[in-house]
Amino acid sequence: MVLELNNISKKYGKNQALKHVHLSFETGKIYGLLGPNGSGKSTMLKLITGLVFPDEGTVTLNGEQVTRKTIEKVAYLTELDMFYDAFSVGETVEYVASQFADFNREKASLLLTELRLEASQKVRSLSKGNRGRLKLVTTLARDAEVILLDEPFSGLDPMVRDSIVKSLLKYIDFEHQVLIIATHEINEIEPLLDEAIAIYHGTMIGRESVESLREEEGQSVLQWFKQLAIKQEEGAQ
Amino acid sequence: MGEEFQASKPIYMQIVDKIISEIAQGKQLPGDKLPSVREMAVQMGVNPNTIQRTYTELERMQIVESRRGQGTFVSENKALMEELGRNMQEEIMENFIRKMEEIGVTRDQLVVLLQSYLGEGK
Repeated sequence: MVLELNNISKKYGKNQALKHVHLSFETGKIYGLLGPNGSGKSTMLKLITGLVFPDEGTVTLNGEQVTRKTIEKVAYLTELDMFYDAFSVGETVEYVASQFADFNREKASLLLTELRLEASQKVRSLSKGNRGRLKLVTTLARDAEVILLDEPFSGLDPMVRDSIVKSLLKYIDFEHQVLIIATHEINEIEPLLDEAIAIYHGTMIGRESVESLREEEGQSVLQWFKQLAIKQEEGAQ
Repeated sequence: MGEEFQASKPIYMQIVDKIISEIAQGKQLPGDKLPSVREMAVQMGVNPNTIQRTYTELERMQIVESRRGQGTFVSENKALMEELGRNMQEEIMENFIRKMEEIGVTRDQLVVLLQSYLGEGK
């Protein structure tokens, strides 16, 4: 699997969401798209799924340009909560399974057990943490080449985060999948990442291997990010 | 996440230290099998490639050995394991002495202080 963003720019009205972004991703790695809220991370994920199209540049998956159909090959956990309240957990899983050919019911049921969700529970009655867990189940249960997570930990307590991290590490198929996580919670995500990609005001300001940052620069990802952001601000003045 | 890590040291080295300390404490015995890379990654909440580096480093230090198709095992080399224990003792003592010197305690005073502290503990 090769996923490439070639010189991508995207505007929403007058607002420049992304400016000349060049990026490529490969199978078997965990990438962090890091930056404050509104920096363009979510736009990047939407471009990869084919839910949004670039004004300039191309997004390609295995050499083919991304279209609306690409979502068949990309599992995407949005920031939004898109479940039907009247459904049970089991019905929600069935519904998602009916929408995606690559949905793996066996994996879904393992994940439900692992994350202690009952198939009979109504979505309406789920706590925020359990809704977050259910979102993860429906995303990770797909045997998709690309898994995109948009702020998977947002608003969740440390226990829920921990269970989500463990499930990610357990159920990602590193031989066949790539995991891209967009988040502003840089410290929390760092131990999970192979590579950190810094996004700031729609521009990619840096990309580094997490361990080499520590080994060669003696810096954590957050320290590195702050330094880059300051440089960027100084350059803009 | 599963573990807290310091900011400046590579995560894989922090896990190396943790495993060495577990061996020195006897929580992992010579000949014990370590969890698989994936299991360890899940336990620690870190990237599997990080654990792979941890195991490679431990192997380079000859603290563990990987057996083809079986996994990674704590070395049964007794001399090496004893040396490991001594190294840790030395490291802790060096730290202690350095900190005492930083607050102006000389080495001679330190011996007296330590004796009297331990004496009181009886």
